[in-house]
Amino acid sequence: MMDTQKIRKDFPQLKRRINGKPITYLDSTATSLKPTQVLAKMNEYYTKYTANIFRGIYKTSEEATAEYEAARAKVAAFIGANKPEEIVFTRNTSESVNLVAYSWGKGNLRSGDQVAVTIMEHHSNFVPWQQLAGEKSLGFRVWGVDKDGTLNLKELDTLITRKTKLLAITAVSNVIGTINPIKEIVRRVKKLNPKCIVLVDGAQAVPHMRVDVAHWGADFVAFSSHKMLGPTGVGVLWGRMELLEAMPPFIYGGDMIKEVHRDTTVYNSVPHKFEAGTPHIAGVIGLGAAVDYLSVFGMDNVRSHEKEITEYALEKLAGVSGLQIIGPNDPEVRGGVLAFVMKGIHPHDIAQILDEDNVCIRVGFHCAQPLHEYLAVGPTARASFYVYTTKEEIDALVAGLGKVKKMLG
Amino acid sequence: MRSWPDLVKSKRCWADMDMYRDIILDHYKHPRNFGTLSSADAKASEYNATCGDRISIEIQCQMINAKCQIKDIRFSGEGCAISVASASMLTEKVKGMKVENVLKLATEDILVMLGTELTPSRTKCAVLPLEVLQKAVVCLGL
Repeated sequence: MMDTQKIRKDFPQLKRRINGKPITYLDSTATSLKPTQVLAKMNEYYTKYTANIFRGIYKTSEEATAEYEAARAKVAAFIGANKPEEIVFTRNTSESVNLVAYSWGKGNLRSGDQVAVTIMEHHSNFVPWQQLAGEKSLGFRVWGVDKDGTLNLKELDTLITRKTKLLAITAVSNVIGTINPIKEIVRRVKKLNPKCIVLVDGAQAVPHMRVDVAHWGADFVAFSSHKMLGPTGVGVLWGRMELLEAMPPFIYGGDMIKEVHRDTTVYNSVPHKFEAGTPHIAGVIGLGAAVDYLSVFGMDNVRSHEKEITEYALEKLAGVSGLQIIGPNDPEVRGGVLAFVMKGIHPHDIAQILDEDNVCIRVGFHCAQPLHEYLAVGPTARASFYVYTTKEEIDALVAGLGKVKKMLG
Repeated sequence: MRSWPDLVKSKRCWADMDMYRDIILDHYKHPRNFGTLSSADAKASEYNATCGDRISIEIQCQMINAKCQIKDIRFSGEGCAISVASASMLTEKVKGMKVENVLKLATEDILVMLGTELTPSRTKCAVLPLEVLQKAVVCLGL
């Protein structure tokens, strides 16, 4: 059980009042709020041991390096990676996916090969593959969803062929919340084509449930710090060591080299080969603190809390006439994100009227326009939940939707 | 036409929701000049991919004293209350206007027409119909 009221005290933004009213933050899928523990840890770097990492032969630099690498070890343990070196720090999930598309894609994809994605991908795990397919004349295959917003695993039999070099798939939809059975999908993909690489977008999974990359059996997993209580500007790419070692660098520059001569360069080892230039040191250390913070609860408890809130929200929103939930209705296969539409009312107007009472939701296509087109629903409104979300906040949302209907219905 | 201060002082349907003033809600719920023309001289449409608003405008023109004027206008599409109300009010505003003046209209004119302050993201919704109309005028190739 999680003590939400106690947790809320850790988040300074929840104490803020705008026009005398509290903030009901229901947009954690876009980015999460940050606890004081994370902010304090980042501030510590900026006030106690600001120094560049790796090269300094003095105490504060050694301290900064140790904290930076400790964060890598924490992230590795958090997702069940074999070793810290399998964790590459990037700027965000998009950059992590692009790293694979450019670096792994460069050496491994040739004209005539196929790459596959699902229709529920965030643009960050869709556009890189769509564009690479165009550039390299690859087949670009898209796995659709059933009416209930879930994937039909039988379709893998036709989706994955011996020409399929990669499947890019999200673990949890950032719109309809569908939790995909990654372990089973990877098992089937590898059976159909052992050489097919599976890249999992974990941006909506790692912050909200227990993720074990070894259990999944995938080859790459990408996610972002800022969606899991950490700062913006830090992303993670986990990859299997033998894959990372075989891949060329994505960005050239400082830190990623071992030796540089007039005409040749020897690259640094993994993961440093992929971390050119001074990284977001404070951000990475902050992510480490976010991992510590979440680890105190245990990710199974985080998931339980969100499932309870989602169940409550599904029930309450079902009582709003003219409101339609998009995606699975079963909280067992749905993460804490609810997209919905209201008959005859544009989502922008919903969000605008809710904002009068500081109820923050997101509207539009949520960086998943192909999914909206596929489902033929137009733009949607989306409420999403996290460790600090309460049932009272769901009630505030429902009350706000009542106002929306009164005004525009 | 009412002046800006009058508009600001006008009755509001929601205590602190300037954005959804009566006149905007009225145009949203009962859009004027909605539909298509049987014979249009020019048409244009625009799509706002961030919010899914889609507005099309058709115009019919006439020459008066060697100046081209908007004789009739229709709009269609779907959007939020702000973009629909803006389109509806704009069609009324420009009927009979010289096209050269239509091209001079700017964001400020739209905000004055709506009589409300908008956040930057909603300003895009409000200005979309003007962009479509100006695109249609350019299509006339005058």
